[in-house]
Amino acid sequence: MTNVITSELGFLILLFLYGIGANGSLIFGRNDVLANRWQSFSAIIGSLWGILFAMGAFVVPDMSFAFSSSISPLFSFSFHIDQLSAFFIFVISLITLFCSVYGIGYIKHYYNKYSIGALGFFYHLFIAGMLMVVTASNGLFFLIAWEFMSIASYFLVVYDSNDANNVKAGFLYLVMTHVGTAFIVVAFLLIYTYTGSFDFASIQSQAALIPAVIKDVIFLLALVGFGTKAGIIPFHIWLPAAHPAAPSHVSALMSGVMIKTGIYMMIRIFLDMLQPVPLWWGILVLIVGSVSALLGVLYALTEHDIKKLLAYSSIENIGIILLGLGSALIFTSLGNTPLALLGLGAGLFHTLNHATFKSLLFLSAGSVINQTHTRNMEEFGGLIKFMPQTALFFFVGSMAISALPPFNGFFSEWLTFQTLLQGIASADIFLKSIFILATGALAATGGLALACFVKAFGATFLARPRSSVVFHAQESSLSQSVGMGGLAILCLVCGVFSGYLGSLFVNIGTKLSAFQATPQILTISSGSTLIAPHGFGSVSAPVLFALFVLVVFTVIILIKFAVNKNQKTEIGATWDCGTNLTPRMEITSTGFARSIILIFAGILRPSVQHEVEYHDSEMRYFPKSRIVNLSTQDIYQSYLYQPLNSLITGLSVRFKVIQSGSMNVYVSYILIVVVVTIFLSQ
Amino acid sequence: MVLILILQFILTPVISPLCIGIVKKIKAKFQNREGASIFQPYRDIWKLMHKDEVISSDASWVFRCAPFIIFATTIIVGVNIPLFASFPLNGSTGDLLVVVYTLALGTFFLALAGMDTGSAFGGFGSSREVTVSALAEGGFILSLFTISLIIGTTNLFAISNAEVLLVTEFFLPTVISFAGFFIVLLAETGRFPFDNPATHLELTMIHEAMILEYSGKRLALMEWAAANKLFIFIAMGANLFFPFGIAQSADIQAILLSLTALFLKTFVLCAMVGIVESSMAKSRFFRLPDLLITSFILSAVAIGLVQIQSL
Amino acid sequence: MIRLFLKILKTRRITIPMLSMDREKSEVLVLGEKIQDKVKRLFNGSLAIRQVDGGSDNACEQELVALSNAFYDVERFGIHFVASPRHADMLMITGPVTRNMAKAVRRVYEATPNPKIVVAVGDEAITGGLFLGSYATCDGVNSVVPVDYGIPGDPPSPKTILVHLLNILETQDTHNAVIK
Repeated sequence: MTNVITSELGFLILLFLYGIGANGSLIFGRNDVLANRWQSFSAIIGSLWGILFAMGAFVVPDMSFAFSSSISPLFSFSFHIDQLSAFFIFVISLITLFCSVYGIGYIKHYYNKYSIGALGFFYHLFIAGMLMVVTASNGLFFLIAWEFMSIASYFLVVYDSNDANNVKAGFLYLVMTHVGTAFIVVAFLLIYTYTGSFDFASIQSQAALIPAVIKDVIFLLALVGFGTKAGIIPFHIWLPAAHPAAPSHVSALMSGVMIKTGIYMMIRIFLDMLQPVPLWWGILVLIVGSVSALLGVLYALTEHDIKKLLAYSSIENIGIILLGLGSALIFTSLGNTPLALLGLGAGLFHTLNHATFKSLLFLSAGSVINQTHTRNMEEFGGLIKFMPQTALFFFVGSMAISALPPFNGFFSEWLTFQTLLQGIASADIFLKSIFILATGALAATGGLALACFVKAFGATFLARPRSSVVFHAQESSLSQSVGMGGLAILCLVCGVFSGYLGSLFVNIGTKLSAFQATPQILTISSGSTLIAPHGFGSVSAPVLFALFVLVVFTVIILIKFAVNKNQKTEIGATWDCGTNLTPRMEITSTGFARSIILIFAGILRPSVQHEVEYHDSEMRYFPKSRIVNLSTQDIYQSYLYQPLNSLITGLSVRFKVIQSGSMNVYVSYILIVVVVTIFLSQ
Repeated sequence: MVLILILQFILTPVISPLCIGIVKKIKAKFQNREGASIFQPYRDIWKLMHKDEVISSDASWVFRCAPFIIFATTIIVGVNIPLFASFPLNGSTGDLLVVVYTLALGTFFLALAGMDTGSAFGGFGSSREVTVSALAEGGFILSLFTISLIIGTTNLFAISNAEVLLVTEFFLPTVISFAGFFIVLLAETGRFPFDNPATHLELTMIHEAMILEYSGKRLALMEWAAANKLFIFIAMGANLFFPFGIAQSADIQAILLSLTALFLKTFVLCAMVGIVESSMAKSRFFRLPDLLITSFILSAVAIGLVQIQSL
Repeated sequence: MIRLFLKILKTRRITIPMLSMDREKSEVLVLGEKIQDKVKRLFNGSLAIRQVDGGSDNACEQELVALSNAFYDVERFGIHFVASPRHADMLMITGPVTRNMAKAVRRVYEATPNPKIVVAVGDEAITGGLFLGSYATCDGVNSVVPVDYGIPGDPPSPKTILVHLLNILETQDTHNAVIK
C-alpha cells in the first residue's frame, strides 16, 4: 500500500480525485445540497490522499516521471517530485482539508443564488492546477498548469457576480496575472534560447551555457513574473481587490497557498536551476522583501474592510518570506551554505505558518461576514458575545500572525531574525548596512502587525455593537467551527513542534543544487530545539510552552484562590463620566490606526476631504450635512500603472495611422514586404 | 540549584514595587516634599488585593483574563533574563527574541483589554500604546543585537557571562547602544517623555488609560505587572550592558556579591529614571516617533562601530 | 538645569508636620453609620481618593488641590488622588449636587468598588450651604448617595481637611497619629 501511495500512480490518483470532484460537481449541479456535499467530501478525500502522498514522498528519493506527447519534442507532461515539491503538496493539501470542511457549512449561504456546481468545478480545477504547478518539470507544461490555476481562480473570484466590484476585481486580477505570465514566458524563452530545452533538469545541468547578462535579465523577468503572483510591491494591486471578492474558503486558499506557488518557483529557479548566482540578486530580493513587508502592513492599517486588511497582511508576510529567501541567496553567493540553509528554512517555515494562520483568519472573517452581510469593520463590535467560538479562533489567528509565543509565527520569525543577525555579523560594510535596514524593517513590521491585529480583533469583536447588523449574528455552524478549530490547533502544534519541523527543512534544502556542498554543520534545529549555527542562539519550543502554561496557571490559582478568596465581583456599567455611552464613543478601526497613518504620512499620503451642504447656499452659515472622506492615495495607480497605461494607449493610437482604409495603401504594403523578403533571402 | 531557580522566579515580583517606590521618592525629593515611603507600593498592592471589584457588563473574557496573563508574561520574562546569576546557560528559553516577544504578548493583551469595555479612553489609550510599542521595537531589538554581536550569541545568560565589556575595546558601542536602550526603557515602561504615570488628564494618558476600568485584584495585578516591567528593563540594562559582579559560579559568596551589585545598579538606574522624569516635560505625542527613530539610529551606529573595532 | 538642582538641594524642607495635638483638638463629623474598623485598617497605609465635583463653586477643589503641594504633602501618609472611580477607596464629593450632576454623582458611587468611604467636603456638600433651598440643587450630597463623613468649612482649609482625614482613618485602639 505504501508503495502505491508514494509512487507515480499515487500522484496520478491524486489528480484524478480532483478531476472526479470537478466533474461530479457539474453533474450534480442541479441539486444544491448534493453538489455541496459532493464537492466538499471529494475535496476532503483528495486532500487526505494528498497529505498521505506528501508524507510518503518525503521519505522516498525523488520521483520523476513523464508522458511525452507527439505534439512537439519540446513538450511533455513531465513531473518531478522532490522534497520541495512534496512540502508544497503537503501545505496545499493541509489547507484544502480545513477549507473544505469549513466549506460544508459556508457554501449553504450561496444556495439558490448561484450555481453550486460551478463553484465545485472551479474549486477542484484550482486545486488540481496548483498541484500541477508545484510538480511540473517541463517549462511549457508548467505554463499550462499556471494558466489552469489562474483561470480557475478568476472564475472563483467573480463567482459572486451580483456585486459589480467583484467583477471589476476579477478583471484586474486576470490582467495582472497575465502580465506576470507574459514575463515568465519571456524568461522561459530566453532560457530555451541558450540551453536548448524546456526541461528543468536539463536546464539545471546546462545553466553554465547562459551568459551572465542574460542570466540577470532572466532573474529580473522571473522576479517580476512570479512576484506578481506572490504579491510583492509594486505588483500587488490585484491582491487587495481579488482576495476579498472571492468566497471566503477560496480566499483562504488563494491567500494561504496560491501566492506561495510564486515563492516555490522563485526557489526552484534561483536556488535550483540557475545556480551559481551573483550577490546582487539576493540583495535585490532582500530589499524587495523589506519594502513589501513594511508597506504591506502599513496599508493593512489603513483599511476598514476586514478582508482587504487580511489581503494586505498577506503581502506583508510574503515580504517576510522573501527576507528569508533573499538572505539564503546572499549566503549561497558568498559560499556560506549553513547560513543559507538557515535562511531558506526560515522562509519555508514561514510559508507553512502563514498558510495556517492566514487561512484561519480568512475563514473566521468569512463566518462573521456571512452573519452580518457586510465587510465593513466600522459596523461590527461586540461580536464576541454573539459568536464566541469564531472570536476565539480569530484571536488565535491574530496571536499567531503577530508572532507571539507560543504560536508558530514566533518561531519562523525567530529563524528569520537569526538569519538577518548573521548577516549583520558579516564583514562587508555595505552588506552589513543592508542587513541592518532589513532587521529594522522586520522589527517594525512585527510591531505594526501587532497593532493591525489588535485593531482588527478589537474593532470586530470587542466592546459594544456599533450598528444593528451585529444583533442578527449567530454562531458559525459545526463544520465551520471544526475547520477553523483544526487550523487553530495546527497553529499551536506547529509552534510547539517547530524543532522537529526544522530538521525537515534541512532535508528539503540539502536536495537543492545550491546546497550540494554543505559541510555537516548543525543548523536550524537539533531535536526539539531550534538553533542558529555557530552557537549563536537557541530556543526550545516545548519548554517555552510548558513554562507559559505553568506560570499562567500558578498565577491564576495563587491570586484567585489563595489571596483573594473573600472578595466579591459586581457587574456594573462602564465608567462613562456621567454621560450615556453611545456606540459612537467607542474607538473605531479608522481612529485606532490614525496615529500610525499620520506618523507615516510621507509614505501613505493620507488626505481629508470635506463636502458640506448648507441650508442657505448663499450665506453659508448653517450646514445641513457634512461628509468627511478620509483616504490614502494609491500611488501605484497614479505613478506606475496610469502612466504605463497612457503610454501604451498613446503608442497604439499613433500606430493606428497605418490603417488608412485605402486599398491602394494596403497593396503597396504587400509590395514592400515582398520586396524586402526577396532581398533578405538573398 | 533549585534555590537559584526559585529565587529567579520570585525576585522580579518581590523587588519591583521597591523600584517604583524609589523612583517616586526621588521625584518627590526633587519637588521639595517628603513623598510616600519607598514601601508604599507594597501597601497599595496589598490593599487592592483585599478590595472587591466592579466589572463592566460590556467586558468579555479578554478583559477578565488579561491581568493574569500580563502578570504571568512579566514573571516569565523575569525568569528568562540574567538577574543575579549568569552561569545557568539557559539554552531553551533565555533568548533575546523570546524576551522581546513575550513582552509584546503582554502589550497585545493590554491593548485588547483597553478596548474591551468600550469606553472612549481605553480605545485611544490602546491606539497610542501599540503605536509607541511598534516604533520602539526596532530600537529595542537593535540595541540588544549590538551586544549580541559583540559576544556572538543571542543567549542573554551567555552575554552577561562573558567578560566585562567596559574595559575592552567595545566601550563606545556599548555606551551608545545603552543610550538607545534607555530611550526604549522610558518608552516601554511609560515614563517621561513618553507618558506621565501620575496624570489625571485622560487625554494625556497612554498606559493609565487602558487600566481605568480595572479595580480590586485585577488592578493590583496590572500595576504590579507595570512595576515588573520597569524592573525587567532595568535589570536587562544593568546586567547585559554592564555585567559587573554577576555570579558566574554557584557559590554563596558570588551570589551574595551579585545580589548586592544588582541592588546597587538598580538603585542607580532608578535614580536616573527619577532625574530624567524630574527634569523634562512629557512630549507631544507626534514628537515621540522622532525619539524612537533616534534610538534605532544610535544602535545602528553602535553596530557599525563594532565592525570597525573588530577588524 | 544644574542651578535648579542646586537650589532644590539647598532649600530646607517646608512640609508642615502633623502634631498629635492638632488631631486631638478636632472631631470627625459622622453623617452616616460609622465605618467598620476592618475597613479603617485596610485603608490605613494606603488610601486612594477620587474627587467628584457635584456642581460646586470650586473653592473646595482649590483647597483639595493644595493638599498635594509641597507644603501639606498628603502623599507622605500614603494618600493619593486617582483618576478613575474604579481605582478609588474614598469619594470626596464637593458642591451641593446640582440637578444636572445628580445622575453623574450617583454613577460615580456605583462605579466605585466596595468597601468605600464617602466624604462630603465643605458646608455646601453637607447641608447645601449658601445654596440651601435653591431650585437647582439637591441640598447636600446625602440626598443623592449615602454619606459617611463630612468635613465642615466654607471652604475648609487644607490643614483642616488633612486633620479630618487622619482622624477618619484612625483605628480604634491606637491614638498615636502618624507624625511625619
